[in-house]
Amino acid sequence: MEEYFKPQPIKRPFLSKGVIILLILAANGIIWSILRFGFGLGAVTNLNNQFPWGIWIGLDVAAGVALAAGGFTTSALVHIFYREDFHVLVRPAIMTAMLGYTFVGLGVMFDLGRYYNIWHVPIMGNSNSVLFEVGICVMTYLATLYVEFFPIVNERFIGRVHLKGILKFLNKPIDGFLRFADSFLGKTMFFFIILGVVLSCLHQSSLGTLMLIAGKKVHPLWQTPISPLLFLLSAFSVGFPMVIMESLTASRSLGLKPEMDVLRKLARFIGPILSVYLAFKLGDMVIRGTYVYLNEINLQTIMWVIEILFGVIIPLRMFFWDKVLHSRTLLYIASLLVIFGVALNRFNVFIIAYKPPYILQQYWPSIGEISVTVGFIAIEILLYRALVMIFPVISVPLKGVSAKAKYAIRGVIQ
Amino acid sequence: MSQSRRSFLKAMGTVSLTAVGAKESKATPKNVVSDDRLGVLVDTTVCIGCRQCEYACKVEHGLPAGNIDDYSDRSVFETMRRPDHTALTVVNEYPAENSRQQSVTVKVQCMHCDHPACVSACIVGAFTKQENGAVIWDEGRCIGCRYCMVACPFQIPAFEFDKTIQPRIMKCDFCYETRTSKGLPTACVEACPTEALTFGKRYELIQIAHERIRKNPERYIDHVFGEHEVGGTSWLYLGGQEFLRLGFPDVGTNPAPGATEPIQHAIFKFFVPPVALYALLGGIMWLGKQSSEEEE
Ligand code: SF4
Ligand code: SF4
Ligand code: SF4
Repeated sequence: MEEYFKPQPIKRPFLSKGVIILLILAANGIIWSILRFGFGLGAVTNLNNQFPWGIWIGLDVAAGVALAAGGFTTSALVHIFYREDFHVLVRPAIMTAMLGYTFVGLGVMFDLGRYYNIWHVPIMGNSNSVLFEVGICVMTYLATLYVEFFPIVNERFIGRVHLKGILKFLNKPIDGFLRFADSFLGKTMFFFIILGVVLSCLHQSSLGTLMLIAGKKVHPLWQTPISPLLFLLSAFSVGFPMVIMESLTASRSLGLKPEMDVLRKLARFIGPILSVYLAFKLGDMVIRGTYVYLNEINLQTIMWVIEILFGVIIPLRMFFWDKVLHSRTLLYIASLLVIFGVALNRFNVFIIAYKPPYILQQYWPSIGEISVTVGFIAIEILLYRALVMIFPVISVPLKGVSAKAKYAIRGVIQ
Repeated sequence: MSQSRRSFLKAMGTVSLTAVGAKESKATPKNVVSDDRLGVLVDTTVCIGCRQCEYACKVEHGLPAGNIDDYSDRSVFETMRRPDHTALTVVNEYPAENSRQQSVTVKVQCMHCDHPACVSACIVGAFTKQENGAVIWDEGRCIGCRYCMVACPFQIPAFEFDKTIQPRIMKCDFCYETRTSKGLPTACVEACPTEALTFGKRYELIQIAHERIRKNPERYIDHVFGEHEVGGTSWLYLGGQEFLRLGFPDVGTNPAPGATEPIQHAIFKFFVPPVALYALLGGIMWLGKQSSEEEE
């Protein structure tokens, strides 16, 4: 019998043991956030004049952007390359990207010394600055993601706006607005979809240009003129593993059956993409002769080997192995390894590789920095759980219904 | 799909034109340096490490300066210090490799690069290179991202991490507001009792430097640090031994922005790659749509 999938709000109790742990981590992060804004960066972080950027940039922002790549890769696959067979994956991927980028934005705000001046960026921007390009693209892409998510809001609330009491008079206008937005987005969504992919390619690669200006302060194992290309390729590589990891995690914690057939098909793309990434990474190493640095054993070389071995080579081999594709656990592990590898790459480029000529005080992330980063991740997961319970994001099988007759989906899913 | 192929194409066209029409940001700093730009020549073989320049600089900038008598205390030289938010210039001591000097003392501050990495990097154009050579920071623009600190090859800009509100980027400003914009020498130059610091036009200072090397080849190594480093700097140094052993970083002669600006310009000046990518993706999407419509 054929199965059709329809996105639906998931009905489950919100609280669980894991959720309570996450709530505690989130609360801890929020306390440290209050301290950061109450007493300044110096009070909460270990940043100093030698190490101006710490894990809030290296992990929250740089790794955060990379790991949100599931959104644009999936939407390109389904909408631009017309692979309708991956439809069920688009909504969760867009939603995770939206959450991810929201927290990238928050991470930036936490890290800026004068966060209240953030509006200077669009009006005073210096187009020579790589950071300006990253900033503008991230801002625009975040807005684009909200637009791409909007049809899901429409689907949930059109004809179902029931405000009570004095707000009652708003019911009609809100419903009217949603219907208008729905028909408008129905016609223009293709514009936002392509825009999202273009913006993603731009800033994913520019993130790799960011440290080029630091020249010799960045260890030669990572300081390469093709860094933007490597960042882009690694963003491509990590997109689908993120989708697989999320799908498997969500189906486990929400008690659903994972769509293994779709995931397996998606996983077949990963090996080839990773191979291209590895080829460029090693090719660059050979051409620039940086393998000589691997003769020394120090923090940088150890981290480089971990990144390449566990983050690229092992998962690459795994994704070319049929046994992995057929085992939920192995597929999960392989995906996690890719995610680990790309996140570690960002961490390495921005933190480990950064060696200023004068070091008076080493940098090690403080309890406050770690608490905020962990708190962000916890809140992100909690929001994911809340949103899939409110909005029709995750597809569940419907039996005996013809998808096309039953269901004309708007916008993103069209 | 509710939408016809034609309106799809039309919309695509409009999008591309809008993107092409977008103007380059107007705040992008231009390199405006004049040939007569100013500079300072530091002769490390003459410096006696009295740190009068440190004191004068703090007074000039309203930073807590303490008692001037404390500056003769040479025990501060035991550890290397760096300019930071409390001192825009510091003097460090290094062991001498020749018999004429007991030790070498070296004043450190912003080099006022001709192609400054900080200016290129700053996201909002808070850093600018002035016509007279000074590189200065505009408090009114800065958003506190500290990318300038990441970019500077001499590791100069410092940040007031301990401030909750309005933290500043602190670095030597070549006494721009109070002195050099009016052609006056900087506070540190004026304070120097031994004339280790010479203020003047950069090209003249380079001539003076080479003249001194020619006259005293045994006193100096034949290298004016800052003449070519990172594309040239306003501050220039003479030394009796390799600059790497006087605490200078190994920076090479290529300007730091050379690594990133070509990439940036390719994207921002013409918007060709993004627009081409947009068109390409739009084309693929359109083809896919067409074939899926034909199937129906
Ligand atoms: S030394 Fe650093 S702060 Fe000074 S002008 Fe050069 S790049 Fe800018
Ligand atoms: S910290 Fe301020 S001056 Fe430095 S790059 Fe950022 S905005 Fe520019
Ligand atoms: S030029 Fe002015 S700001 Fe720079 S070190 Fe000298 S006194 Fe200080």
